Amino acid sequence: MELKLSSADAAFQSEVREFIEAALPGDIKAKVELGQHLEKDDYVRWHKILFDKGWVAPAWPVEYGGTDWTPLQRHLFEEEKARASTPRLMPFGLSMVAPVIMAFGDAAQKQHFLPRILSCEDWWCQGYSEPGAGSDLASLTTKAVPDGDDYIVSGAKTWTTLAQYADMIFCLVRTSSEGKPQTGISFLLIDMHSPGITVRPIRTIDGGHEINDVFFDEVRVPQANRVGEENKGWTYAKFLLGHERTGIAAIGRSKQELRQLKLIAAAEAAGDGSLAEDDAFAGKMADLEIDILALESLVLKIVADESAGRTPGAEASILKIRGTEIQQRLSELALEAIGYYANPYIAEAQEAGWNEPPVGPEYAATVAPHYFNWRKASIYGGTNEIQKNIIAKMVLGL
Amino acid sequence: MEFTLSDEQLLFQESVESFTAKQYDADKRRALAESDDGFSRAHWAHYAELGWLSLGIDEAHGGLGGTALDMAVLMEGFGRGLVVEPYLSSVVMGGAALELAANEGQKSAFLPALGAGELLLTFAFAEPRARYDLATVATTAEKGDGGYVLNGHKSVVFHAASADKIIVSARTAGAANDRDGISLFLLERRASGLSLQSYATVDGGRAAEIMLADAEGELLGEAGQAYAIIEAVIDRAIIALCAEAIGIMQTLIEMTRAYLDNRKQFGVPIAKFQVLQHQLVDMYMAHELSKALTYRAAAAIGSADTTARARAASAVKVQIGKAGTMIGQQAIQLHGGMGMTDELALGHYFKRLSMIETLFGNTDHHRRRFAALPGT
Repeated sequence: MELKLSSADAAFQSEVREFIEAALPGDIKAKVELGQHLEKDDYVRWHKILFDKGWVAPAWPVEYGGTDWTPLQRHLFEEEKARASTPRLMPFGLSMVAPVIMAFGDAAQKQHFLPRILSCEDWWCQGYSEPGAGSDLASLTTKAVPDGDDYIVSGAKTWTTLAQYADMIFCLVRTSSEGKPQTGISFLLIDMHSPGITVRPIRTIDGGHEINDVFFDEVRVPQANRVGEENKGWTYAKFLLGHERTGIAAIGRSKQELRQLKLIAAAEAAGDGSLAEDDAFAGKMADLEIDILALESLVLKIVADESAGRTPGAEASILKIRGTEIQQRLSELALEAIGYYANPYIAEAQEAGWNEPPVGPEYAATVAPHYFNWRKASIYGGTNEIQKNIIAKMVLGL
Repeated sequence: MEFTLSDEQLLFQESVESFTAKQYDADKRRALAESDDGFSRAHWAHYAELGWLSLGIDEAHGGLGGTALDMAVLMEGFGRGLVVEPYLSSVVMGGAALELAANEGQKSAFLPALGAGELLLTFAFAEPRARYDLATVATTAEKGDGGYVLNGHKSVVFHAASADKIIVSARTAGAANDRDGISLFLLERRASGLSLQSYATVDGGRAAEIMLADAEGELLGEAGQAYAIIEAVIDRAIIALCAEAIGIMQTLIEMTRAYLDNRKQFGVPIAKFQVLQHQLVDMYMAHELSKALTYRAAAAIGSADTTARARAASAVKVQIGKAGTMIGQQAIQLHGGMGMTDELALGHYFKRLSMIETLFGNTDHHRRRFAALPGT
């Protein structure tokens, strides 16, 4: 056990840090720091900067455009990105559909889709959940019926993140009603510009628009866009679950948000001093910081396991559960910290470029919406209760 | 960065676990706990033979020069078996106090004997009115004709009755809660003027109140400078204690896991009930997180940076305090009425884990200490 970075890894860390500092556009950094809404162009610009550098998909095999970094270097890279307040890279293409295409796609699919994911030529979204199929995902009913060389797809997907920007969607669709629900599902890649697709925004409690309903009305999809075998889609979707899980803990991001929280607490008055000196609040921040340290320790252990060639199994569900609990707690303490100034809601202040004088401290404008928004974290990607079911079954054998 | 145990440490872990698995079933432990010493001198000699007692002692004094992480691996194994030998009080605390406070002559005189199992020590640092504040020392030491003469009351000193010598903190200068002016002394357990009120502890151990009435002691190292040393000794002891807690938690979780399968209600094993499954998952998660943080803290505890050391010790004590309380209470709850019986080993693990929370500063104490330290 050695907690210090080797000189090679320390040099790598400095190189990454210096590059990000120089390359991240200031307007994007400011939006992330203030928690303002990011536009499609903000995400794409940052994606393309990393693409040009060759760093946009460190986890990919080198032959497809990945780096040959070690798991620890990949972890350090994630941490440096978060530390510098970069926008997150959308995971739907890079770390969700791409590994499935690499593992189960045919040569034509790899050749066509992977370079376009890497360069962000296509924006991807995920079509799993349906109005009647959430935690019970296998009960999905969007159906794909063969018609010549195509499928005709009909149904509805929901909670689709940033579908309004998307060029492509990867979907689980029903191709058979025989046998167990899991056995009749196929994995389809669908062009979002196809006739018959309608995207309807879902306004969320924070006032934002991230998620959507996506309706499919007899949408024609080439069978060539099916990944792998018909009716084997559930297997491919499950494969994703075991892939690239340490990022889900979002440890770098939480450490960065803790730094912000400490700045807010130091700026807020309480009694004769600051809120950071208030015993009760300081105790809550200490608990949270220790939770982050513990989760980070587990992430480092899993990174070490990966370096030794051991793939993390279902225990990675711990990272999802604790990671999201921590993110939610951070947003909750920020809300608590700003007191009365949690109340004002100025829609324009959620966006960049609003030039009116702020109401209350500048950092306060997005805090309550952020808190409301982050309630999603324990729901998406398999609710935390579902994650506990996975641990109960896969790890504890219950 | 290497966030794993070495092959050597993994082998060591196996040998400790195999020892406790063979030598430490519930009945044997109960018999040891009820014996005169409250532990086994034969086991102690065996540990000495295996080199476990000299693990943390440097090679110049006949030790193995192991790290805090090596000791944590051993303590985790001891926790798995709920070992009752006075390793924490004699080797971890006594050894650290000698290493950090004693002069070369004292080290040469006592460290080899400690590692060989021929000398049993304990560390009397706590007082009835100090709670967890290490600077509150009302016991006094005055320089007499020969050595120093000590007066005062040291509280809850573990395994004091079995110890050959006792390391005592006493004030040579300053007011009752000054950090300056505290010194450490080595006292013969049978010194005149030193009397013990010995008792059993609720978790199967032994401890004593120590009354000092003009008892003679030998100064360890320099006078008046012991506060920082006591703090360092306690930080090391916290790591060892938390490693013990990790082992206890794992055993509690395994016992509970097995019970859920065996116990049938409503015609099915109660393991089928989701509400119980999720409680066990919560216990499992808390243990995994605690274990990762404990190993990390063990690797950090030797740091020359005292803030880093203090942060590591307090963070892990808070983590273990919260996780340990939850895991211990849930383990009893999931066992239902059986969890309340003295017959089951489960309750004994629960009691030890509960007492760990009370030692060396509880969760609240270390949360405050952590919050007051400069961050990273």
